[in-house]
Amino acid sequence: MEVAGEVLASESQLHVLAVDDSHVDRKVIEKLLKISSCKVTTVESGARALQFLGLDEEKGSLGFNGLKVNLIMTDYSMPGMTGYELLKKIKRSSAFREIPVVIMSSENILTRIDSCLEEGAEEFLVKPVKLSDVKRVMNDCIMRGETEGNKRRRVDKRKFEDDNHASSSSSSSIPSSPSSPLPSSPSTAATSSPLHSLKRAKLRDHN
Amino acid sequence: MERNPMRRQLAIMRQSLFDQGHVDEQFVQLEELQDDANPNFVEEVVTLYYRDSARIILNIEQALERKPFDFRKLDAYMHQFKGSSSSIGAKKVKAESTLFREYCKSGNGEGCMRSFQQLKKEYATLRKKLGAYFQLARQAGPVETASRPK
Repeated sequence: MEVAGEVLASESQLHVLAVDDSHVDRKVIEKLLKISSCKVTTVESGARALQFLGLDEEKGSLGFNGLKVNLIMTDYSMPGMTGYELLKKIKRSSAFREIPVVIMSSENILTRIDSCLEEGAEEFLVKPVKLSDVKRVMNDCIMRGETEGNKRRRVDKRKFEDDNHASSSSSSSIPSSPSSPLPSSPSTAATSSPLHSLKRAKLRDHN
Repeated sequence: MERNPMRRQLAIMRQSLFDQGHVDEQFVQLEELQDDANPNFVEEVVTLYYRDSARIILNIEQALERKPFDFRKLDAYMHQFKGSSSSIGAKKVKAESTLFREYCKSGNGEGCMRSFQQLKKEYATLRKKLGAYFQLARQAGPVETASRPK
């Protein structure tokens, strides 16, 4: 939906690739993203996502229509390739590892959340995904930006977390922006206990 | 309070959907995504949900005809159904899906069958109520904003 007040040049709009095997969820996430002023491409599987990215040919993050993908949001439980497997493939690819990946899952399982974050997922959203979740993810993306400095910090953070994996018990889906004023919502309540927030904040402070 | 009688009737129907526990907060989330450009967004999503659900329900029915039950498969189907039910805010249906999955996990075939019958009933009721609601909504015409249930 194009609104007069927010005609943005294609280059400055975030292009999000949304991956979900559920038609219903694809329609909803597409709407959530469009309302948040993003360009959206939805695909139904990890395989299709990799095809769209051109990962098998390592061409760079240009989709078929030449639009660079700025963010990937993927469902966790999908037949064939899970969102976790897709995440790993993306993070292990030199061409695409810098693209932030957000995992969405209906199941709020701590070990699952941990593995995803360890593999480099930016966030883990518990379904059903709400507009406030999407807006938060967008804000984090914008704040992160595409500068080299930011990229380096992200890589360091991941490395630091790897080094400290043994000592940290569990992390959670806390948004990387500590000052975002969020109302408490079901998607974050289960994962954002004060102890988790503290641990996550401490890890970040050390960067 | 709505002045237009049709709008008033619509508001009452909508309130009862929530009061009777058929839909939850996620339904409101979908309503808030509706706008002048997409005035029937919620109905479109729900229609997709019916299409997906018909397929999954058939799969489950067929799976329940094969003995012994393949609980893993049944659970996998219900996981899908629960997911989309949750995405449209179908509260009672979602709760029944959860129950079915518990029976799957404990290998309780009787429980699965009972739960599935109940689930189909809830699903049919939901379809009827939402059907009437959307029909009236289309007749009543566009509204400015969605109102939150008290």
